[in-house]
Amino acid sequence: MELILQQAINAISLGGVYAMLALGLAIVFSIVRLINFAHGEIMTFGGYGIFLSLLFGMPPAAALLIGVGAAVVMALAMERLAFRAMRGADVVSLLITSFAVSEILKVLFQNGISARPVPISLPASWSGTYQIGGATIGVLPTVSIIVALVALLGLTLFLKRTEIGIAMRAAAEDLEMLLLLGVRANRVVAVAFAISGLLAGIAAVIWTAQRGSVDPMMGFFPVLKAFIATVLGGLGSLGGAVLGGFAIGILEVLAQAFLPEAFAPYRDAIVLATVIAALLVRPDGLLPAANADRS
Amino acid sequence: MSEYALEIRQLEVRYGPVRAVRGVDLTVAPGSVTALLGANGAGKTTTVMAVSGSRRIAAGSVSIFGKDMTGATADAIVRAGVAISPEGRRIFGSLTVEENLVVAGSVVPDHKVAVERKAAMMERFPILAERRRQLAGLLSGGEQQMLAVARALMSGPRLLLLDEPSLGLAPQMVDTIFAIIEEVRGEGISVLLVEQNATLALDVADHAVVLANGEVAASGDPAQIANDAVLREAYLAA
Repeated sequence: MELILQQAINAISLGGVYAMLALGLAIVFSIVRLINFAHGEIMTFGGYGIFLSLLFGMPPAAALLIGVGAAVVMALAMERLAFRAMRGADVVSLLITSFAVSEILKVLFQNGISARPVPISLPASWSGTYQIGGATIGVLPTVSIIVALVALLGLTLFLKRTEIGIAMRAAAEDLEMLLLLGVRANRVVAVAFAISGLLAGIAAVIWTAQRGSVDPMMGFFPVLKAFIATVLGGLGSLGGAVLGGFAIGILEVLAQAFLPEAFAPYRDAIVLATVIAALLVRPDGLLPAANADRS
Repeated sequence: MSEYALEIRQLEVRYGPVRAVRGVDLTVAPGSVTALLGANGAGKTTTVMAVSGSRRIAAGSVSIFGKDMTGATADAIVRAGVAISPEGRRIFGSLTVEENLVVAGSVVPDHKVAVERKAAMMERFPILAERRRQLAGLLSGGEQQMLAVARALMSGPRLLLLDEPSLGLAPQMVDTIFAIIEEVRGEGISVLLVEQNATLALDVADHAVVLANGEVAASGDPAQIANDAVLREAYLAA
């Protein structure tokens, strides 16, 4: 029972990170048809933002906020400097552009900061535990879950209740029509990137707080999982991205916790095989995007 | 010297090597309806999309209320007073009826005006008020067309571009849509009406232009064009 509760907390906490990353990818993809392979570097940049703030003596809470801000700035800079010039290009050209951005940033991180992991030391009290019914639960995973849920809820409210949020949902369905109504493209696209940066920044905070270090490749694996999550959920579907993120996180933790030791090397393979099986049954994903037939 | 609501001169639009629109001249006088007719693929929609800033203009000029808007961005053209109900209506099906109007109203500088206009649209099209919280994708074709017109009117246009508003609608709904067109003209809004239903369009229009293969085949008085048997046979199939 205790083990189940602990693993459930781990699963939801990991799923929350994947869900935020997947949602960031999906928001950008749904509007500009860009599969942003440099999304991981937005997250990594957020991690370095935290590292550098701590290095210069900022208090930990401020450092985390700066990390989130750094990710937003990086996302906006990418859009302005790399992707805006490519607007309307075909999916492949956009994908290759994002590969280039990703590689350039990784080299900059390696040569400008360090190719090795740099430590992020947060107060010891943050990594404490508490007891529920005999189970020992980590404070950090719990806080991660709360932060992820608040972020997802906040974004939902933003998309449902604000004018710009409604415009973004319209853009995801038919960007050209939105422009025909006189809405400025640059504004909608910039907000999409800012949101994807914000979510990647929050993911970076949770990720670095749990692992205690940042390295140039930090964003690669979680964002790879987030890509799989967006495909599983239905490419371009926001609800699907969140669902896919949680599904992958939960599958991973399940595989880690309950598979026999001998299967450990095949953990990812088992998770991916499950995803492929799901896609065979539902080729458009768990919650297909509204405009899936047009893309 | 009269100033046109819309004045297109020698317009040319290309898709790669294909010249979809070649040297088209077209005018809409203020407060009047110009019908743009022709068979499928004649270049009607391309012309309308070029006016609204959504297709690149290869040559020629587009003036809106005397102001040269050739090559302007879609949002500048909306600010110059143009709104469109495009081919296929293209309402946002995953948004509610009300949200469709909110999005269109978001370009109005004064938020209060946008809210008032939305209320006016709900009053004018009671069916939209009734369905305000429903997903727009669940509306019938005719209701979707009303929503597309209401959405276009949210920006407070002086020139309305209507691309095939009657396509696929039941006869009774077609009458409703044409009544709306006359109403809109009555409010002093100029209309460029693209139609396949030539009989109805010529009936309501003050001026008509017939396109064939991307060129103007005829233009002038709607009654004359309606009575021109050769023209009807060749281009209007009505």
